[in-house]
Amino acid sequence: MSMIKEYQTVSEVAGPLMLVEKVEEVKFEELVEIELPGGEIRHGKVLEVNQDKALVQLFEGARGVSTSGSRVRFLGRGVELPVSEDILGRVFDGQGRPIDDGPEILPEKRLDINGEPLNPFARDYPSEFIQTGISCIDGLNTLVRGQKLPIFSGSGLPHSKMAVQIARQAKVLGTQESFAVVFAAMGITFEESEYFISDFRETGAIDRAVLFMNLADDPAIERIATPRMALTAAEYLAFEKGMHVLAILTDMTSYCEALREVSAARKEIPGRRGYPGYMYTDLASIYERAGKIMDKPGSITQIPILTMPEDDKTHPIPDLTGYITEGQVILSRPMHRKGIYPPVDAPESLSRLKDKGIGEGKTRKDHADTFNQLYDAYTKGLAARELEVILGEAALSQTDKMFYRFAEAFEQEYIKQDEYENRSIEETLDLGWKLLSALPVTELKRIDSEFLEEFLPKFKEENTEEETS
Amino acid sequence: MNQGRIVRVSGPLVVAEGMEGAKMFDVVRVSDQRLIGEIIELREDRASIQVYENTAGLGVGEPVESTGEPLSVELGPGLMGSIYDGIQRPLDAIKAVSGDVISRGIEVPGLTREKKWDFKPKAKKGDKVGPGDVLGEVQETTLVNHMIMVPPDIEGEIVEIKSGEFTVEENIVKIKTEDGVQELNMIQRWPVRETRPVKKNLAPDAPMVTGQRVIDALFPVGKGGTACVPGPFGSGKTVIQHQLAKWADADIIVYVGCGERGNEMTDVLLEFPELEDPRSGEPLMKRTVLIANTSNMPVAAREASVYTGITIAEYFRDMGYSVALMADSTSRWAESMREISGRLEEMPGEEGYPAYLGTRIAEFYERAGKAICIGSDDREGALTAVGAVSPPGGDLSDPVVQSTLRVVKVFWSLEAELAYSRHFPAISWLRSYSLYTDDLEDYYIENFGESWIQMRERARTILQEEDDLNEIVRLVGIDALSPENRLIMETAKSIREDFLHQNAFHEVDTYTSFEKQFKILDLIMHLHDRSVECLQSGKSIEDLLELDVKEEIARAKFTPEEQLDSFEQIKSNIIAQTETS
Repeated sequence: MSMIKEYQTVSEVAGPLMLVEKVEEVKFEELVEIELPGGEIRHGKVLEVNQDKALVQLFEGARGVSTSGSRVRFLGRGVELPVSEDILGRVFDGQGRPIDDGPEILPEKRLDINGEPLNPFARDYPSEFIQTGISCIDGLNTLVRGQKLPIFSGSGLPHSKMAVQIARQAKVLGTQESFAVVFAAMGITFEESEYFISDFRETGAIDRAVLFMNLADDPAIERIATPRMALTAAEYLAFEKGMHVLAILTDMTSYCEALREVSAARKEIPGRRGYPGYMYTDLASIYERAGKIMDKPGSITQIPILTMPEDDKTHPIPDLTGYITEGQVILSRPMHRKGIYPPVDAPESLSRLKDKGIGEGKTRKDHADTFNQLYDAYTKGLAARELEVILGEAALSQTDKMFYRFAEAFEQEYIKQDEYENRSIEETLDLGWKLLSALPVTELKRIDSEFLEEFLPKFKEENTEEETS
Repeated sequence: MNQGRIVRVSGPLVVAEGMEGAKMFDVVRVSDQRLIGEIIELREDRASIQVYENTAGLGVGEPVESTGEPLSVELGPGLMGSIYDGIQRPLDAIKAVSGDVISRGIEVPGLTREKKWDFKPKAKKGDKVGPGDVLGEVQETTLVNHMIMVPPDIEGEIVEIKSGEFTVEENIVKIKTEDGVQELNMIQRWPVRETRPVKKNLAPDAPMVTGQRVIDALFPVGKGGTACVPGPFGSGKTVIQHQLAKWADADIIVYVGCGERGNEMTDVLLEFPELEDPRSGEPLMKRTVLIANTSNMPVAAREASVYTGITIAEYFRDMGYSVALMADSTSRWAESMREISGRLEEMPGEEGYPAYLGTRIAEFYERAGKAICIGSDDREGALTAVGAVSPPGGDLSDPVVQSTLRVVKVFWSLEAELAYSRHFPAISWLRSYSLYTDDLEDYYIENFGESWIQMRERARTILQEEDDLNEIVRLVGIDALSPENRLIMETAKSIREDFLHQNAFHEVDTYTSFEKQFKILDLIMHLHDRSVECLQSGKSIEDLLELDVKEEIARAKFTPEEQLDSFEQIKSNIIAQTETS
């Protein structure tokens, strides 16, 4: 290891970038330390080396950096996070430095925050059902251990409330293991982050949580490192310490904007809406850091949250995210206006991994069929509702009216629930049967006749009792 | 070989100087870690190199060494059941070296060197052999008889041929050629970007039966044909690709997971060895080769993965097999081209994609086809290529979709609306098309008679009519329709829900034989015809909508293949109920 050289050859500073000349042996992605004339230390990383020039991305932004007098040191390693089990219960800034007045972490080891891609051959397929106690997740968009399931939200929608509820209630049936929570805040407000922290504190989750905070007034470029810091901590806890980690990343939209800022400063050819062409690859390097490894006890379940600009699902950020993650939970403004919490847009939401996480031995054998039937009936109800808006109720056929009523009941009884209501999977599935039993059997085509015989009569009776009473 | 040194590192792109004599697309070794790269641009002695591994930590001055060879794959026994990364490194071997993660600079051969294969010669001493001639066979798996062929560039007389157990590296044959005696082992090396030769291309004349009703019945793809599946996320592209890989009646499946999810590849890895081939009862993995370059693996290797896959597919086609290649997703492949092109600072075409995007896509799909293979026995092989496309926001004006539609002949259009109502496969029956229906007509007539084609066309017409009628219903309500039109709506609904809708996760419904498809559609159309007669004889439409037999038809798709006789009973019920009602 050669001695660390110091350069005073900064030739350009523009936006979040700095060009250093006449450098030797600088490596791509190397960590950089910049000492300002006043003695303040800043950090950055090498984005490109070209002959004797190094292009450096400044994490804390360019304010105060000058071309003369700044001393630049290349540290001979990538950006790293010091880890040990003591990180549990601690709060760090977006670059992994403690900000909770606690002591420095005595590292067991230092890990490169970029991680290394998991070999698909070493992965174990996620199939353990996580009960969140929220019907529209457990019943319709089932979450499993090791999945990455984002929440697509919009400004003003209660995504934080929902994420907190998931973190509070999530458990795997029949086990006593609890989740460790890794929380990465990117560009969210102090108030929003306080909401998470105070809830973690109330439920005691704070003791098994690791928090990385890059708030709205923190340097935007630092955000590019924040989720990687968090996921490095998550990987350490999951795969080296055998914990089940729930990683909440919010708000991915701020992250992508920081990425765009760097790309624009480099004058790269922009892709859609000015976001860089490599955003898919970049996001994949974050989202793919979830999962389970064969023969290892731990797991990382990821819940990234993003706010869709103008509630537009085709915007590049939700679009590319949806192509990488294993489904999405989409929040809907009309549902929110109707006063339904959680305001989940059920038809547009999806959990890709649910099929292997539900059924006999996981949830219940009738789950898949009732799930398909509920969706089918609900979408028919929504179509009827649309018809009603145009033509008026009188124009609806008997069948349409029946589905119309079903959709109303489905939203009010099944989707809607209290923020502290923790429904078991049995309750959720029974609720589905109760609603379906209002439909004639001929409409229940998607349910196997075996299940119809076993489950339906019970709910039919309940229904008639209610009607007669 | 000549050695240069790095002068620039920018993401997956490395520029090196002092590369005199290097050729375009030569494979190079970068830095002392010996990362694998490929030359993609040459200016005097400067070579731009796309590196197939993460370049973090590389710096100016580090050595770059050219191997003088283009990026190639190893073809021979050992391919079946393997799972490779984008440049044909077996992922299980990588795991043995570097554990759960993929570290850098790992060098492992594509074909296992240890295993001995039982080589049975089919040619004998003194035979004159040319390119593609079969020298012998190796029973690679219970499903695949691997033919050892003369490579495309060798011709001569066999002076010695062995028999017995050999590793792929041991020589099995000596051939006297014009340039002297050549010794051959079981490995052929072939540059991935080069099309393997065939004797003559043929037009597809038989469908690839997939067991998926909407595909086989309405939008079939011929053996040796090309198809694409564009759709927004969540519309079920990957499930369709998996279903094809599982159930298509091809001899060999090559599945390329290009820039997609790690867990999905793991799913395939764990599931395929468990699944049985419906024809032979053997595990599906025994006829499958997987290429997995997930989205978090290096982007340049993603670019190569599609070529690695199709070269392996061509090799099996050369043996006279019917091969199906699935690429999921070609958009990620195109994006990796875009990323590298951007770093090279090339002038961009549409949406930042390189101007040569269309050419590359066309070249890829042109490597598919039915053909008379090289070799004196004139065996016929077929390579069917199916590519998923992931357009941003599901927008079909995306350059990758448009470039693909220009070359492929089957378009399975996935619609978000159908996916939202959980109608799977979410293939639109109105927008999709297959240009093979005419080519395959003779096949259908021969195997199923004229009635199949008529029935299919009638079903399509009814679906089209439903779409027109829906406009009216939306304006004035369903009661305004005439009884005849109400019946069309009802039959269309039955076609959609009881025939086109198919549950990939249902034990029975996941695969439907052609015979069963024919019978289900026949039931639906039979009821329709009887109902038309009833209406004409003055029966009310309301009665017809309430027939009990409708439920039996709805459940017909769940009838196991060995109980298709029960359809006769449903048919007689149709007749009985349309008489009494």
